[in-house]
This record gives sequence, C-alpha cells and structure tokens, in this order.
Amino acid sequence: MSKKVAFLQGNEAAAHGALYAGCNFFGGYPITPSTEVAEVMSAELPKVGGKFIQMEDEIGAMAAVLGASLAGSKALTSTSGPGLSLKQELIGYGCIAEIPCVVYNVMRGGPSTGMPTGPSQSDVMCAKWGTHGDHPAICLTPASVQETYEEVIRAFNLSEKYRTPVMVMPDEIVAHMRERIVFPEPGEVEVVPRKSPTVTPEQYKPYDVSFGDVPPLASFGSGYKFHVTGLNKMQDGFPTTKAEIVQAEEERQVRKVDANIDDIVQFEEYQLADAEVVVVAYGSTSRSARYAVNVAREQGIKAGMFRIKTFWPFPDKQIKALAAKVKGFIVPEMNLGMCALEIERNAQGKAPILGIFRVDGEPINPDQILEKIKEVK
Amino acid sequence: MAFDYDKWIRPGKLPHIWCPGCGHGIVMKGLIRAMETLQLKKEDTAIVSGIGCASRLPGYIDCCTLHTAHGRAAAFATGVKMAKPEMNVILVGGDGDGTAIGGNHFIHACRRNIDMTYIIMNNYIYGMTGGQFSPCTPTGAKASTTPYGNPDPGFDIAKLAIGAGATFVARGTAFHANQIDKLIAEAIQHKGFSVVEILDDCPTTYGRRNKYKSVIEMMNRLKEVAVPVKAAEKMTAEQLQGKVLTGVLYKEEKANYTDEYAKVIERAKAAK
Repeated sequence: MSKKVAFLQGNEAAAHGALYAGCNFFGGYPITPSTEVAEVMSAELPKVGGKFIQMEDEIGAMAAVLGASLAGSKALTSTSGPGLSLKQELIGYGCIAEIPCVVYNVMRGGPSTGMPTGPSQSDVMCAKWGTHGDHPAICLTPASVQETYEEVIRAFNLSEKYRTPVMVMPDEIVAHMRERIVFPEPGEVEVVPRKSPTVTPEQYKPYDVSFGDVPPLASFGSGYKFHVTGLNKMQDGFPTTKAEIVQAEEERQVRKVDANIDDIVQFEEYQLADAEVVVVAYGSTSRSARYAVNVAREQGIKAGMFRIKTFWPFPDKQIKALAAKVKGFIVPEMNLGMCALEIERNAQGKAPILGIFRVDGEPINPDQILEKIKEVK
Repeated sequence: MAFDYDKWIRPGKLPHIWCPGCGHGIVMKGLIRAMETLQLKKEDTAIVSGIGCASRLPGYIDCCTLHTAHGRAAAFATGVKMAKPEMNVILVGGDGDGTAIGGNHFIHACRRNIDMTYIIMNNYIYGMTGGQFSPCTPTGAKASTTPYGNPDPGFDIAKLAIGAGATFVARGTAFHANQIDKLIAEAIQHKGFSVVEILDDCPTTYGRRNKYKSVIEMMNRLKEVAVPVKAAEKMTAEQLQGKVLTGVLYKEEKANYTDEYAKVIERAKAAK
C-alpha cells in the first residue's frame, strides 16, 4: 500500500505530527508566524474528540495547556518570540511541577516585536535560559517539513518520557515553506504513552522517586487525589523549604535530562568522515550549509556538516570530539552568535570558529558559507 | 453532632499559614460545608488557586488541588475543565491575585461562562507580600506602598464579574459565616461561571495600618456595612450610602462553554 503523501507547510505538518502523537488539547493565542498550527488544530482536534481553545493571552494559553495535561491530556501550544517570552514563567512551572507538554515556537526576528514575518534563529538561548531558576531543557530544531512533523512527535514522546515541557523551534523559513511530506502509517512511528501510577490512590505520591527519576503522573479526575504546586516540593507534592529536599529535588529535575543525553540528542553527520572544515548548522540554515559543503567538495575542499537536530541538551560530546580533529568550525546562524558560543564552550580553543551571523531577516546563502569554508587554512 | 471538617482536611497539613484573626479559615470552612452539602466526590473535584495567602487554601483540602502561578488560576482551571468537563472545578484566591495580575483570565472566564466556581477572598490588600495596595484597596486607605493614602479607585468585583458575563454572582462576608456555605453551594450548583466574593479581613497588614484596633473591630465593620439584597430593596439611596450588598446579586441561565464545545465536536464529526 502506498503511503499518504501531501504538500504541506511546516506549521501544518507540526499540527499533523501532534495529532499523530495523540495530542488531544491545544491552547493557543494568535501570533505570526505560527498561527497556522492553531488554525489546523481548531479544525482537526474536535473531529477526534479533542479540545481546542483560543485563550485570552499567551500566558493563559500556557496555563490552559498545563492544566489540561494534569487532567490527562496530551497538550500543545504554539507561539513565536514575544509569546515565548510571555510564557516563560509557566514553562518554569511545567519544569518544577513536572508536567508534560509541547511548546512549538517559530523563530522570528526579535527582540520584542522585531520582524514578525522575518526568519530568525535567535530564540535558541531563550529555550534554555528563558525561565528563571535551574531546570531541564529540551529543544528540537527541525530543518524540513517532514522533519518538523517527525520532531513534533518526538517532542511529545520526550515530554511524556521525561515528564517535562519540550520545545520545538523551527525558524520561520522551515515553518512557512512548503514541501512534500510522507505520512507514516498508524503504529509505524513510536508514540510514548504517559507513565501512569501502578499504586493505589491511597499510596500515590506525584513525585515518588522510588520509581526512578521520572515518577509516574496520575491525572486529575482519574480517581487519584494529589497536590501540585510551583513551590519547591516534597515527594508528596506539598511545599517544603527543607534544604536537603530542595537540593535533591532540583538536582533530580535537571538530571532527568542530563543523565539521558544520548537518548535525547539527535544530529546528522554529513561528509564528516574526513572533514577538515566543519559547518555546524541547524534549521533552514543547514540547507544552505549542505549546498555549500557539496560545492566545496567539488572544489577539493574537505568540508562537512554537523547538523544539530536537538539543540538542547547541546551535543557537547560530539562537538568536543570534532574540535580535537578539525581545522576549524563554520557556524552560520540567523542571530548574532548563539550556537557559536556553545561551539566555543566545547571547542575549548582547540579549533577556530568562524561565524556567519545574520539578523536582517534574510536567509544565509550557500555562497556566504562557502566563502568562510575557504578562509579556514 | 458537630460538623466533621476533618473528613475534608488532608491529614498532617494543619496548622495553616494564616495569621490569627484572618478570615480565610472561615471561608475554607464554608467551602468544606458546601462540598459536604452537595456530596461532591473528592477525586472528581479540582480546587485551583494562584499565589497569595488565600491561594494556600487548596493544600489543606483533600481533593485534586492545584496551586498555580500568580494570577493564573482561572487559566489553568480552564484547561482542567476543558479536558475533564465532568469534574467540579473550584477556584480560590485573593483580590490582588484575581483582579490585578489575573484580571484578564478572570474576565475571560466570566465571558466564556465556563462552568466553574470562583471564590474570591477580598481583604483589600496584598497580604503575603506585606500589605501593598491592591485593585480593591479603598481610595485613601493606607498600605505599605500608599504611605500617603491610596490614590487609586477600587474595583467592585461583583460588578466586574457581571459586566464580563458571569452568570452567577454572589457576595458574602467573613462575619456572616453561616451564609458562606449556602452561597458557595448555590454557586457550585449553578451551571456556568459563578463568582462568590467574600469580604474578608487582614488584621496584620491592612487593619494595623488603617486604625483598626482589633480583629473584632474589623469583623464588626463587615457586619455593619453588609446589607442583604432583599433588605436593600426597601432602603433609600441615602440609607444605602457606604453599604455593601450581600447575597445572590445576579443569576442568569445561559449556555456554558464546555457544553457549547461539545456541540463543536458534534459539528466537526458530522462534517468529517
């Protein structure tokens, strides 16, 4: 049987990926350039008995998503830079209360209103450092329409597996371009269900670490009664200021991601085997990078690309290994050097880093990247 | 036989954080009596709050309880109710939490007429942070951030709720303890968004700055200003000067949000 094929926009693919993953709640607020996700969800969710709500603001949308998730839904919100800034406090709430959900954020120019229709990659640091306090961060940066679909499914899986909010951050080019997409059959791609409690309601504690770093989450209205707060909490969910408990719980929350980096981090190695010059790219920029690497190879330059798919946690191990053997890194990105700082942190001076940083709302061309590749001696 | 509050209180969670003389405990007992009267199932009842002294209430009650972020109770609760429309969803909080930082969520919950009950404990002050003025602090009153008297006019929470579309609005006071459970029970039974404002007191951060010599004096003021709506009908405008109406102030039967969304699902499925 031939698979279903369509010609879709990145944002539309994101919505369909969410539906494949079993998303049954969407809470959103209109914002360019991510609104198409809300539009598709408003049409598709009720067909499968799911719920769509357009909230009064970005903060309310994030709150509704967290509330719905606690009541057992797989919940999604979509936004863009200014909305992401507004949602940050509650993203932190999701981290400390350990509520699975997916935040799909299309990167446009910023700060503030910036360039609402212009592409950007300047929210990647916001994904990790936007909310205050120490917390786990998972952020995926897809580079095509197909990958946006797949990464939204993976985001739902990771959010359930690690019981934490997960972000998917395409840049505006990926979100708005149209490409061929091949839909997987039902059951073809793994969909991770929520780890439900195996104990009775009387025995249940929402942060019971005897079940490991990711304790099972019951849902409101399923026979289980429990307390959830944004305060530092004990295993039973009630607030505490006891030093040793706060320290242990904070460390556990971060460890959920840090101890599972190999399970979470995905990347693509393109022409890396003998590469002397490595372009590190993500999102739509990686498409220009791939072209530049191909042209460089034709011209006899040993170039390759390390494409970041999981931006957070950052692929530290892989970049460290590359830094030990390459002549230099090229880092093209639509910001003033965010990923470049992470490469610098990992390269530890072992390889030079040449950045191509654009914040003018224009994509980075293959020519620009090729030029930089040639600069590495 | 004395009413058994323990049945609804989580073991080991008392004493509460509230100061001696605070009315929040009176409201909590009223809520418990209302839930007992209606025989609500604990596991099918969500109690949702924001941040502040009043918002600590859910932690003491043995239900599904959600202590959210400042001002966001109504928005979190909307997510819970949409996901599980069969649940009883009750919001509790203070005047600052509900009408300042949470004002937008509050008016839109009213507008949607989503079937939830919001109990606002109005003590005219931000108590937890030490007594800053709130949108409900009377003009001229002293707060830690109005050392020369409050220049702001205050909100009338009930009028705000009615204007925004809530379909059941009631007001009681912490002094009239026996009325609180009846108002809350009627609010919970009402299909749609119901608001119960309870005029409360904060002796610690409001009373001492505003020349109340004791909690009794603050409670007596609540007793004096409250006029039941029925009694008010026979009073002149002059007699009503400085008084506050109590009881059920507004009630209307109207389509509620989750029922309306169920129709959206039916229409979407039919169109498929």
